[in-house]
Amino acid sequence: MVAVKRLVLDVLKPHQPNALVFSQTLAATGAGYRVQLTVSEVDEHTETLRIVIAGDALDFDAIESAIKRMGGSLHSIDEVEVHSGDDAG
Amino acid sequence: MKIIDRARFLLRITSTHGIARRYFVVNGFDGALTMLGLIIGFMVSDPPPVAIVISACLGAAIALAVSGVSSAYVSESAERRRALEQLQDAMAVDLGESFHGEAARWVPMMIALVNGLAPLVICLLIMMPLWLAHAGVSLPVAPLLSAVLVALVLIFFLGVFLGRISGVSWWRSGLQTLLVALVTAALITLIASD
Repeated sequence: MVAVKRLVLDVLKPHQPNALVFSQTLAATGAGYRVQLTVSEVDEHTETLRIVIAGDALDFDAIESAIKRMGGSLHSIDEVEVHSGDDAG
Repeated sequence: MKIIDRARFLLRITSTHGIARRYFVVNGFDGALTMLGLIIGFMVSDPPPVAIVISACLGAAIALAVSGVSSAYVSESAERRRALEQLQDAMAVDLGESFHGEAARWVPMMIALVNGLAPLVICLLIMMPLWLAHAGVSLPVAPLLSAVLVALVLIFFLGVFLGRISGVSWWRSGLQTLLVALVTAALITLIASD
C-alpha cells in the first residue's frame, strides 16, 4: 500500500477561523498529524497559506474536506511525499 | 463540538460576540426601563389590583421580546448574508457548506434570541414581587415598590456588566445607569402624577 507521508498545500482562506484554529483542525483530521502553517499573504478578506502536513498515512480527502468546511479553498498541491509499503512490488 | 462551544465558535468567526453583548445590554436596559415606567405610572395614579399590573407588565414584556427577536433577526440576517456574499466574492468559491455559511444561517437566530430574551427575562425578574404578592406571599414592602427596587438593582447590575466589559470602573458605570433610571423615574413622577 502506498502511504502519503507529507503534503505541501497552497490554500486561500478567510481571516476566520484564525491560523491556530485552522491548523489545529487540520491536525485533528488524523492521528499523529504534524501541521506547519505559514501565512504568505494577507488581503482585506483573505489570507494565502502554505501548509505542510506530515504523518504516517495522510488522508487527503479528510484534509481537503476540513479545509472546505473552514471556508478555505485548496489552490494547489505543491509537494507530495509518498512511501510504498514493504509488500509493494 | 458541544452546542455552546459551537455557538461561541460561530459568533467568533463572524466577529459578532460584541453585537450579541450590545444587544443584551441595550434591550435588557429597554426592558428594565419600560417596566420601571409602567410600574411607577401605576404607583402615581390610583394603583389598580396587582393582577391588572401583572397583565399590563406581562403584555409589555411579551411585546418587547417579540419586537426584539423579530427586529434583530431581520437586520442580522441581512447583515450576515451581505458579509457572506462579500467573503464569497473574495474567495471566489461557494461557502454555503462551510462554517461561514452555517454562521450566516445560525448567528441571526442566536442574536435574535439574545435580543428577545434579555428584555423578557429582566421584565419577568422585575415582576417577581408582583407574582409573589399575587400568590399571597407577604412582602416587607409594597409589591409595586418592591418591583421598582428590583428594577433599580437590575439596572445597576447592567451598568456593572457594561463597566466590566469596557474595562472602566464597574461602580461608576453601575451608578451611571442607575442615575438614568432615577431620572426616568423622576420624569414619570413629575409628568404622570396628578
